[in-house]
Amino acid sequence: MNNRLFILKTLSGFAARKLWSAAMDLLPIVLVIGFFQMFVIRQPLPNLAEVLIGSLLVVIGLTLFVQGLEMALFPVGESLAQALARKGSIFWLLLFAFLLGFATTVAEPALIAIARESGEIAAQSGLIEKTEPVIASYALGLRLSVALSVGIAILVGTLRILRGWPIHYLIIGGYMVVMLMTVFAPPEIVGIAYDAGGVTTSTVTVPLVAALGVGLASIIKGRNPLLDGFGLIAFASLLPMIFVMGYGLFLFR
Amino acid sequence: MNVLFLEFWHILLETTRDVLPILALIVGFQLFVLRQPLLRVRRIAVGVVYVVFGLALFLEGLSLALFPLGKTMAAQLSDPEFLTGVQNALPVAAWQEYYWIYIFAALVGFSTTVAEPSLIAVAYKAHEVSAGTINMNGLRFAVAFGVAIGIALGTFRIVHGSPLYVYILVGYVIVVVQTFFAPKQIIALAYDSGGVTTSTVTVPIVAALGLGLAETVPGRDPALDGFGLIAFASLFPIISVMGYAQYAAWKGRRRSKK
Repeated sequence: MNNRLFILKTLSGFAARKLWSAAMDLLPIVLVIGFFQMFVIRQPLPNLAEVLIGSLLVVIGLTLFVQGLEMALFPVGESLAQALARKGSIFWLLLFAFLLGFATTVAEPALIAIARESGEIAAQSGLIEKTEPVIASYALGLRLSVALSVGIAILVGTLRILRGWPIHYLIIGGYMVVMLMTVFAPPEIVGIAYDAGGVTTSTVTVPLVAALGVGLASIIKGRNPLLDGFGLIAFASLLPMIFVMGYGLFLFR
Repeated sequence: MNVLFLEFWHILLETTRDVLPILALIVGFQLFVLRQPLLRVRRIAVGVVYVVFGLALFLEGLSLALFPLGKTMAAQLSDPEFLTGVQNALPVAAWQEYYWIYIFAALVGFSTTVAEPSLIAVAYKAHEVSAGTINMNGLRFAVAFGVAIGIALGTFRIVHGSPLYVYILVGYVIVVVQTFFAPKQIIALAYDSGGVTTSTVTVPIVAALGLGLAETVPGRDPALDGFGLIAFASLFPIISVMGYAQYAAWKGRRRSKK
């Protein structure tokens, strides 16, 4: 009986800590917005009740999401990344790297939200038809091109760690391709393409990809995990820009 | 109520579809490539249910609160009546009048970045990599200032209507130049920090702010001008991390000369 009580106590303490940290994510924004509403705009928020309920849902949702990731996906994913790095088969390692980038990006919450919003904006400005299926397929296409690019980015980043290529040549080359693509891409896609770079890598992708990078670098001789383990995220924020502009070229021209 | 429930059911189905690939990847590799049994299946199953429900709730809350909030703030702060203090005022075109927007954007950027857990992790690693020359809190504030200036500049760009690529091009040139002068150990870390500073909560609000702004400022088109704030927020940390590392290295050199 005592034992069960103890477990219950630690569990609830755990959940409370998680809720707290999700609330802390939201707190700075709430403070800034509250300050502006009270002292600068001096008007009540028009839909306060909805905003409060929605914020509560965001906090609970994010808590559950992160908790579930830590329970189910992160431990297995991390041990898998390390086991594959140790196994030494380059084929499986690269395949895993690609699929990991792809699959984590598909589940990335911020990207889901932004892609949907972008579809609605595109429909409002008459770029695509204003029907629900068309908007949904535009958003899905956007997400899949980002996911594909992140997959390739993680693959290239893994190769870089294996071969020891210097990162800055690849990044600077990537910047040049971004600028070149900007010249050809339809202007309506450039903004969302540039944003896609920052959106892709947050809650799901970063921990798993970082585990892969650091695991790899710590197994290869002569590599410093602190130095060579980084750089995977950098590719994952660069390639989406190129691929989304490519998607725009394919779609609007 | 029924409609809301149906909508949530719909979102739930979609999030299940979104989570499926990553689950298939991990289970598939574990069973068929490594040929090892999956341990603690029940714990994993519960975790996956958490992930699906959490994602669905988060997305629902996002469309209920965060998106409208960002857009409402942008609309209120760029309302002609608010800007001029006169009732039934005409739309304002001069970018100087929109200073509250810039301040708001900077504050949102700063406050969300300073508390960002992944940035704290990056700062800790930078401290280690640099053998202690980089101060953790110094770096955190440098990055937060970078994001604040970046987002404020991004809102200025939307109000002013100048093309996004010019700003990004200049940013890239600065990054490339810095790359040749910054301490070598910090470069990969700095490049990575661009991607990690924008969290799942910040991204929707900042994006909605830009889109709302492009909707209310006269002569702007949301499709053309609304996006780009997140690009600013992920470019500037690269510059500020390398800049801070350069500053720390320079300070270290000066101290050793004395």
